[in-house]
Amino acid sequence: MNNNSVLFEEDFKIKGWDFTNAGEASLKIKNYLKEVGIAENILKRVAITSYEAEMNIVLYAKEGTINFKVTPKKVLLEVKDRGPGIEDVELAMKEGYSTATEEIRNMGFGAGMGLPNIKKNADMFVIKSEPGKGTKLNIEVYLK
Amino acid sequence: MKIKKIKEILNAELLTDDINTDVEIQAVNCADLMSDVLAFQNKGGLLITGLINIQVLRTAAITDIVAIVFVRGKIPDKAVIDEAKSKNILLLCTKLPMYEACGLLYKEGLKGISE
Ligand SMILES: Nc1ncnc2c1ncn2[C@@H]1O[C@H](COP(=O)(O)OP(=O)(O)O)[C@@H](O)[C@H]1O
Ligand SMILES: [Mg+2]
Repeated sequence: MNNNSVLFEEDFKIKGWDFTNAGEASLKIKNYLKEVGIAENILKRVAITSYEAEMNIVLYAKEGTINFKVTPKKVLLEVKDRGPGIEDVELAMKEGYSTATEEIRNMGFGAGMGLPNIKKNADMFVIKSEPGKGTKLNIEVYLK
Repeated sequence: MKIKKIKEILNAELLTDDINTDVEIQAVNCADLMSDVLAFQNKGGLLITGLINIQVLRTAAITDIVAIVFVRGKIPDKAVIDEAKSKNILLLCTKLPMYEACGLLYKEGLKGISE
């Protein structure tokens, strides 16, 4: 089998400020990986990166999508949103940097650890953002 | 340590009565910041928190936490309790403040998540 062939693919729509469903897409991704027998330490890293990215859409953007793909070698997440984008990506990547409002902080978010946490848990991570338009994250976690 | 024992030590109330309390808790994480919860391997762990929103539950599910203790007598909405039942996460509620809840469990030998 070709190493790049897609074994599974699913798209999830995420809505900004929708706390009724926030996190459910990442839980589905996690459960899928569990069902097909992916190792705990790997599926946990995927779940954490996906969840932090999903919450960033909910907290900061209008709407977005998570494209989830599994190949024989890795799990790929492409997380795209339409939203305010990030002016200074390098700054946003710093541990503790957050523009979260008081309201967001009261919900337990806004520690400024989301993007750093994604970077830490991913084997490959690219973030691109266009202020006024949106943000795109490409995340890969290798299966071994 | 078994949930039953934890419930006793904290003089806690069980909010999810139909989930089996015979589970063994491996370690404890205590946080009000969801990113702090996600920074650790919490598998089989207990979360002690002052937050009672639905996000606490989703964060717990993402990181395989099996039980949550809400401190200072705070009780979440029914929607949160129902979702906990469907996700098989035990919810407990104690009147104790956070420091005391943590201290009592630690004194009884329950270890922290990084130990
Ligand atoms: N999808 C996004 N759209 C717009 N801004 C974002 C997005 N993701 C992150 N940010 C910005 O980057 C900052 C840091 O993000 P993160 O590391 O996840 O921490 P936190 O969410 O706790 O603030 C956020 O406070 C926000 O300003
Ligand atoms: Mg974030």
